[in-house]
Amino acid sequence: MKTAKTKDQDQVHFSRDQVMGVISSLMHKVGESNAQPMHKVYVELQKLTQILSDMHAEIAATPTQDIGQKHVPIATDELDAVVGVTEEASATIMDATEAIQAIVSDHEDIQGAVMAETTKIFEACTFQDITGQRITKVIKTLKDIEAIVARLHALFDPDGKRPVSMGEDTRTEDEKLMNGPQLEGQGVTQDEIDKLLAEFG
Amino acid sequence: MDTSKKVLIVDDYKTMLRIVRNLLSQIGFKNVDEASDGQMALQMFNQNDYGLIISDWNMEPMSGYEFLKSVRAGAKNSGVPFIMVTAESKTENVVKAKQAGVSNYIIKPFNAETLKGKIESIMQE
Repeated sequence: MKTAKTKDQDQVHFSRDQVMGVISSLMHKVGESNAQPMHKVYVELQKLTQILSDMHAEIAATPTQDIGQKHVPIATDELDAVVGVTEEASATIMDATEAIQAIVSDHEDIQGAVMAETTKIFEACTFQDITGQRITKVIKTLKDIEAIVARLHALFDPDGKRPVSMGEDTRTEDEKLMNGPQLEGQGVTQDEIDKLLAEFG
Repeated sequence: MDTSKKVLIVDDYKTMLRIVRNLLSQIGFKNVDEASDGQMALQMFNQNDYGLIISDWNMEPMSGYEFLKSVRAGAKNSGVPFIMVTAESKTENVVKAKQAGVSNYIIKPFNAETLKGKIESIMQE
């Protein structure tokens, strides 16, 4: 029996037809035996054949084009809109804050206190950058899922196409380092960064 | 601290550029240029004389990390103070940035005191 070995991975893939062929062959051989234990194996193999057949039909019937042409674009557009709206809102907040800072610039008695509070508003606006980066990560994940679904569909292609390799990680060293913002507990704190940098001297 | 020096801030988020500009203004830095990625920043760096760079990491087409390496590898003003302000908070990133010659590293979100403290620290060196 021939196997399909990809260039990129040291893994052996079998097509659905090859798997079904192995099972059929096994069933044929087992079916020739009258021994009771062998009959049980035969029944189990029949069930397995049915499961594989159903799975193939389900995957082949999945409208994967909808995922790539409809679902993922809609989801990414929605997320892009979230980024856009929060950016606009942040700009409006900062416009108002700068206006307040300008108003108090000639009032030395309250300037210090007002500037301290308006600075907090600016600091809080960094949420837009952080949420924007997180949403960008989600968009990328959606696109990855879209690609995986397409490959899975190709695996069960009725024409018997070879399984498509997931391929090697072709990202550059710099790209591999761009995974932030990290979730709680996955990154280091500012204090830890300061200590780390101090160790370098 | 000499606040007359020209500062280059680099970030692909307009919100962040504006926040950093405002905070710098409060510290006393009024001469501030902005770039939206490393490539644009490098071009501006080669055409101007900056006394301080504050850059994000995660940008396209050129990241802040690549921009930092280009600055340090260049012939002109390669020792300029360079602060990375980023959401990349993994130890690996901090180490890589330090090895590439970063002057200091701030994780987002940050406050005005942190930024001011780091700037004062490296401007006094």
